[in-house]
Amino acid sequence: MLLSGWFIALLSAAYLGLLFAVARFGDARADAGKSIISANVYALSLAVYCTSWTFYGSVGRATSGGLSFLTIYIGPTLMLLLTGVILKMVRISKVHRITSIADFIASRYGKSQLLAGLVTVIAVIGVVPYIALQLKAVSASFGLLFAHSEDRLLPWWLDSTLLIAAVLALFTILFGTRHLDATERHEGMVAAVAFESVVKLLAFLAVGLFVTYGMFGGLSDLFQRAAAHPDLAALLQLDASRSGTWAALILLSGLAIVFLPRQFQIIVVENVDEAHLKRAVWLFPLYLLLINIFVLPLAVGGLLHFPGGAVNPDTFVLTLPLARGAEALALLVFIGGLSAATGMVIVETIALSTMVCNDLVMPWLLRSTWLRAEKRQDLSGLLLAIRRVAIALILLLGYIYFRAAGEAYALVGIGLISFAAVAQFAPAMFGGMYWKQGTHSGAVAGLLGGFAVWLYTLLLPSFAKSGWIGSGFVEHGLFGISLLKAQALFGLAGFDEISHCLMWSLFANIGLYVSVSLNSRPDAVEAGQAERFVDVYRYSGRESETRLWRGTASVDALVGLLERFLGPARSQQQLAAYAATRGAADWRSLPADAELVHFAEAELAGAIGSASARVMVASVAQEEDLGLEEVLDILDEATQVRAYSRELEIKSQELEAATAELRAVNERLRELDRLKDDFISTVTHELRTPLTSIRALSEMLHEDPKLELDERKRFLGIIVNETERLTRLINQILDMAKLESGRAEWTTGLVDIGEVVRESMASLEQLFRDKGVRLDGDLPASGPLVLADRDRLMQVMINLLSNAVKFVPGHSGRVQVRLGVADGRVRVEVADNGPGLTAEEGAVIFEKFRQGGNTMTAKPQGTGLGLPISRQIVEYFGGNLWVESQPGEGANFIFTVPLPAPEA
Amino acid sequence: MKRASPTRQRLAALGLLGLPLLTYPLLGLPTGHWLGLPAGYVYLFGVWAGLIGLAAWVAERKGK
Repeated sequence: MLLSGWFIALLSAAYLGLLFAVARFGDARADAGKSIISANVYALSLAVYCTSWTFYGSVGRATSGGLSFLTIYIGPTLMLLLTGVILKMVRISKVHRITSIADFIASRYGKSQLLAGLVTVIAVIGVVPYIALQLKAVSASFGLLFAHSEDRLLPWWLDSTLLIAAVLALFTILFGTRHLDATERHEGMVAAVAFESVVKLLAFLAVGLFVTYGMFGGLSDLFQRAAAHPDLAALLQLDASRSGTWAALILLSGLAIVFLPRQFQIIVVENVDEAHLKRAVWLFPLYLLLINIFVLPLAVGGLLHFPGGAVNPDTFVLTLPLARGAEALALLVFIGGLSAATGMVIVETIALSTMVCNDLVMPWLLRSTWLRAEKRQDLSGLLLAIRRVAIALILLLGYIYFRAAGEAYALVGIGLISFAAVAQFAPAMFGGMYWKQGTHSGAVAGLLGGFAVWLYTLLLPSFAKSGWIGSGFVEHGLFGISLLKAQALFGLAGFDEISHCLMWSLFANIGLYVSVSLNSRPDAVEAGQAERFVDVYRYSGRESETRLWRGTASVDALVGLLERFLGPARSQQQLAAYAATRGAADWRSLPADAELVHFAEAELAGAIGSASARVMVASVAQEEDLGLEEVLDILDEATQVRAYSRELEIKSQELEAATAELRAVNERLRELDRLKDDFISTVTHELRTPLTSIRALSEMLHEDPKLELDERKRFLGIIVNETERLTRLINQILDMAKLESGRAEWTTGLVDIGEVVRESMASLEQLFRDKGVRLDGDLPASGPLVLADRDRLMQVMINLLSNAVKFVPGHSGRVQVRLGVADGRVRVEVADNGPGLTAEEGAVIFEKFRQGGNTMTAKPQGTGLGLPISRQIVEYFGGNLWVESQPGEGANFIFTVPLPAPEA
Repeated sequence: MKRASPTRQRLAALGLLGLPLLTYPLLGLPTGHWLGLPAGYVYLFGVWAGLIGLAAWVAERKGK
């Protein structure tokens, strides 16, 4: 029989043994420097959030509140999406070696022992009952399974819950306090918790599937049966009248996911790599979603299967499979519940014991004369012992609370009551991270106020409901004053107790925190810490840390201090690592400067908390009191230096840009210079060609008087032609120069462009006829009118036409002129059927002295300046000149001139 | 000074989108039955899963 007492006990022991093996494996790998904490393990370990309160309790909540249990899981989903906030928390904790939430708050507000103690007390009072609830869940699940078995496992004097508590304490001590780690990281524990998360998810999904598809006909069948039932139908719909509660619970659980000591431990302290958060931001919510899918089906399934309230809904997860005799499944569920409870208890207890040891016991010990008397003693063993005792005590407290409360309301409702307690940390935490003005006094006032309101409106009424104290203050108000009714404070009725408490406690907390902060001045340490917390991304270097400390210390005293608290082996190891970062071979050669003091304090902070570490360092080093003004000056100076360096950076960027610009201009000037040289040499070359031929012919005429008359005539004809060409060339060069320098004379007026084109065609008619080339015009009878210089336009037209006639073949050549208007522009085309131009030629012909055809072999047919001049003219009138052509298909020269803007 | 990364800003924007979607009054909209299941149940899990999916897409995207 599977459900015999011995078998269950054996199975539980085996499971815990497996967990322990996982943890040892994780620790061993961490010691070997091969961490098994991957992003997935980190994300799964966050699911320590799902305690037995989720595992068993969610179904119970769903039987009374329908879907409202989901708020507890939606809040964390939304909170985790604010990755920036959590990342900042992680970064601050790494920089300042923060090991618990109490340490975080204390360190921010001037490393205050008072605040550390206060946060610890609130956490312990708020969370110990929650631990009791876990014990109760395990004990109840044992009870259910044992109810089916006859044999008594334990003697009457030994209570199974006490045994569980003792086993858990032993377990926690074994892998929670193996050694004092400067970062308080427990990789083995994280691995075990992640493993447990998988187990509880699988167990819950298994029972969900079993009930939904094994006992009923699937989700829709289950819901349809429930809908037919008048009592159950209401559970399936969202209840809009509870909208305020809904929002309050989302806020509350969103805060709890960060501020519950165990969550802070897992999310912040145990984080090995900030990049892991990226995975957690969706994997953990996915986990929450999966573990919640079957909660409502299980709740209605349980209510349908056990009508009349005969069975406690909190146990449906176990009783449903048991009712069907699925014993193996019931055992799996039991192990899942055990996982949920043990994971929570272990992490919570470790987190609380760190806080109790560092923030309650240490300050007290450091003050006692006994510790001062024995200065040489190695205290690392004592520290571990304190933590172990703290763990045992916390679990014992939990057990006592469980015994005392039993089935009382004060235990059943504790989940949300705990959440509300830790929500009180939110103003001091968020304020500390983002608001430099928040002060120590403000944080103390806010925490005290919020805690008091929480106590009065939530915890004490839950005691009253359990019958432990009189309920007069709830029903009639304190001293009979009805305004002070604990759950309708100042007449604020109509809320459920959680939203009521959350509203008033946060109101008091934030109000006191802000108003006291604004009316108090921080001391020097606090101002420095505020700056370093809020601007953590800026203060990652060492220099600002060390500038805030001035005084004298001795290396020996500091090392002695480290050895006392960390043990000789560990402190030697840390000192060697530190010396290496400063480039020294041996730590003994290091000067006892501010940097070393800072290192020692940070190492100590990891072991005993920042507040105690500060006290200890102050006891061996004589620190000069800097005073608030000086600290602020130093910080301002640092800010100014940063501002200057940023300005300098901007200036140098500007300078670079200016240099680049100058370089570009210089480049352009060189290019122009080169062009000018080219131009002059080209011009000289062009002028010399006709001159040479004129000179040669003239010399022949001059030296040979016996030349034939015909020959003389021919030579003189060539001379005249060449002279004409020379004149044309010089005219065009002058023209070009004028146009380029902007000194050309323009007589602009309204010109009938059609007439200009016709006239140009007429003037060249003879030329075309001589060569046997057809010239066709497609022109309107008159107009359009454009604003231009008539003679210049004529020049362009004649240039284009004479170019065309030059390049078309004789007798078969054809030139077509078209004139049209499009897009507010006149468009004139001169198309020929000549050899056409390649794309490359099409571009170069508009450059000076570049001509169509091969100028090396054929005799040049023009000056090479016609098209550049034409282009300049057309552009002067605001138009364009370009060519469209394909080799072998003729060329089409097009120019446009804008029409004058219509008169308004 | 370190600038807020686009990924973090996108995730935060998702969180701010989720808040109104998963609270009243928008939560009062689904009534009756969807796909043979209670509308509220389908809506809550649907929106929730959608947010998780988007967050996974934003967080795991390469390059940024």
